Amino acid sequence: MSDSSFSYHSLRRRPNLRSSITGQVSESARGMSRILLQRVARGGAAASSFRHLQNVTRAYSSAAKEMTVRDALNSALDEEMAADPRVFLMGEEVGEYQGAYKISKGLLEKYGPERVIDTPITEAGFAGIGVGAAYKGLRPIVEFMTFNFAMQAIDQVINSAGKSNYMSAGQLPVSIVFRGPNGAAAGVGAQHSQCYAAWYSSCPGLKVLSPYSSEDARGLLKAAIRDPDPVVFLEHELVYGDSFPVSAEALDPNFCLPIGKAKIEQQGKDVTITAFSRMVGYALKAAEVLAKEGISAEVINLLSIRPLDRATINESVRKTNRLVTVEEGFPQHGVGAEICASVVEESFEYLDAPVERIANADVPMPYATNLERMAVPQVEDIVRAAKRACYRSVPMAATA
Amino acid sequence: MSPAFAAANMIQPLNFAAPTRSKERLFSDPLKSPNTTPFAGSTHNLRSHDRPNSWSQHNRSAAAAVVGVSDLVKEKKTKSAYSSSNLLITKQEGLELYEDLVLGRSFEDMCAQMYYRGKMFGFVHLYNGQEAVSSGFIKLLRKDDCVVSTYRDHVHALSKGVPARAVMSELFGKTTGCCRGQGGSMHMFSKEHNVLGGFAFIGEGIPIATGAAFSMKYKRELLNENCDDVTVAFFGDGTCNNGQFFECLNMAVLWKLPIIFVVENNLWAIGMSHLRATSVPEIWKKGPAFGMPGVHVDGMDVLKVRNVAMEAITRARRGEGPTLVECETYRFRGHSLADPDELRDPAEKTHYAARDPIKAFKKYLLENSLADEAELKAIEKKIDELVEDSVEFADQSCLPTREQLLQNVFSDPKGFGIGPDGSYRCEDPKFTEGTAEV
Repeated sequence: MSDSSFSYHSLRRRPNLRSSITGQVSESARGMSRILLQRVARGGAAASSFRHLQNVTRAYSSAAKEMTVRDALNSALDEEMAADPRVFLMGEEVGEYQGAYKISKGLLEKYGPERVIDTPITEAGFAGIGVGAAYKGLRPIVEFMTFNFAMQAIDQVINSAGKSNYMSAGQLPVSIVFRGPNGAAAGVGAQHSQCYAAWYSSCPGLKVLSPYSSEDARGLLKAAIRDPDPVVFLEHELVYGDSFPVSAEALDPNFCLPIGKAKIEQQGKDVTITAFSRMVGYALKAAEVLAKEGISAEVINLLSIRPLDRATINESVRKTNRLVTVEEGFPQHGVGAEICASVVEESFEYLDAPVERIANADVPMPYATNLERMAVPQVEDIVRAAKRACYRSVPMAATA
Repeated sequence: MSPAFAAANMIQPLNFAAPTRSKERLFSDPLKSPNTTPFAGSTHNLRSHDRPNSWSQHNRSAAAAVVGVSDLVKEKKTKSAYSSSNLLITKQEGLELYEDLVLGRSFEDMCAQMYYRGKMFGFVHLYNGQEAVSSGFIKLLRKDDCVVSTYRDHVHALSKGVPARAVMSELFGKTTGCCRGQGGSMHMFSKEHNVLGGFAFIGEGIPIATGAAFSMKYKRELLNENCDDVTVAFFGDGTCNNGQFFECLNMAVLWKLPIIFVVENNLWAIGMSHLRATSVPEIWKKGPAFGMPGVHVDGMDVLKVRNVAMEAITRARRGEGPTLVECETYRFRGHSLADPDELRDPAEKTHYAARDPIKAFKKYLLENSLADEAELKAIEKKIDELVEDSVEFADQSCLPTREQLLQNVFSDPKGFGIGPDGSYRCEDPKFTEGTAEV
């Protein structure tokens, strides 16, 4: 948490309690946000957990089917492999073990060992093999058991996959997807918990995507597999088991989301909160808490870290005038830093308060549960930061 | 200093003679007989004579032959277990090989000249002395076979068929280069000629080559295309201590990939002697450790290399899996043009200079009457003109325009991906640049 010092400014303006709900929704695809908006409009119904909301959503939208992120990814892989025989999956434990996190469950039985390939523990080797195969027109999906292990292959990801199209002046595009869980799981220690979004997103030539919900996962993975460029697809282990409603449109085999476009999960007018992957869930919860206190937060799910949807972020900041960026990665040179720079460059006059960055504590991830909880951003941190941005912060003594 | 190694019988299914190179020989007495690899299937020429040049031995015995070709045939019949029909080179093949060798050498010499005149810049790694390996292997490949190399890739690209003009322009950083000036000396790519790079990191090209071989197998077995292409990966002795090398040896054998791993063992990795860096200096031994044949060959002799290459390539085409070929070779210049090359023993350099592949092959051609002086001179002249022309072409070509800076980062024009209908999203008129509320 890169908290700036508390500001003791008095209220400069009272936030308008009436949130403007623009005609957002009749599509069940936005069922979730719709429900949240309605609750906000009603002046904050009883505090409910996400799961409760999901149940409520089910009651509201008739076409909503629930799907876990795991199933969404599995279905996306399945459909893309069925559609194009050049697509194959390669990684550790993807075949007989059904996937280290069961994402590739059932694929070996369906497509055979030539297309779902269990590799030895050779990240650099098989990442490079994927790139070489992509040079020759195949469409590999390389799974890293976690992106921490991908550091052993980072030369191949950045230097060969990322730079080949440029170095060869367009002769050898690399249509490859590197996917796997990114970020902190629970209690797995320092070497298994780093978020690599910032590292990969700083490299030209790579596309970096990070879904949150099941629909995001399905749409983005399909887009990634079809994409002619190398895509680093950052999933999150702790979100694999979460269920989200999926619309009928999302279940269509041709459903894919555009790359480079962020999604406004929830509209608001007082402060913009950007997040990606698991932090979107936290940001939404924080928005709920803030709504009770009269702050209407606009939550942006980045979806695409590279190319970053600067247009959406800036447009939102110009509307709300305040920004809080949330990420799970380390604070220095993180995604939040880039967003802050982008906003300062493009929407400086519109900012009413300094940009607040929430990130992982600037330490390697500790093991003890309580320390880990302190290191990873929590909902309270986002709420505090948003309040600071709105000059509504409470003095430190009161929160102790 | 470890003791000299005895000539070992290697574990390999192929019927190659496997000489080992004595370490002592290199450092204590570089003028001793360099190797015992039989030339062109004949073992009679090399006894323990103190001759630096193994060619002369053979040539003396062949002098009595009426025609060089038939002499080989005679030998072939007597040494039936030994030679393969590919040792026979026709006049045509001989001239082709000679031309390729001379092209490699002249081109690299011209590169040095251009570098010192300031027309070429950055890192330039020259291939002088190692031409036999490139010509020996690549001249046997088809257009669809792939070659993956390291930063010392000019000659590999040339042998594979990339025009000299394109390579020279690329080195000058002009837009007419094979990579439009965006790659440079170390990153020669050609989709048309299947040159898959040009990698600066040692060991980086090996998994790429393995991947290309993987795709060939995939196409053959799954996509049912008639694909019996092979991939040849070139890399050096320093790379053979790198993790990616071993990872790929393992996977290549595991999946029986059509790949040939060619080690250009020139004994030096910049200033690090191979013997100081490697616990087991015989690189060919690392092949059998993973289950593939490991072969050692005299890399200064283009015909020996060609012989081994033919066998390895045929193996790969038949689907029998990978081969590791260690070519004993030497680079006459420093590691790069910035390398003062002070660490190498001058006696060693002299020894290998005497084994210059081009001189030796020229001698072979002449003495076996496969070509005459005039024809070879004509080839040399032709190559000189070709190289001069390529320099002129590169000189006159334009530098890349400003717009080119931002091109080719992505294959996808605006980075929005592919839509459900299969075309780029940015080309869809209904796709707006506005906020996505999907």
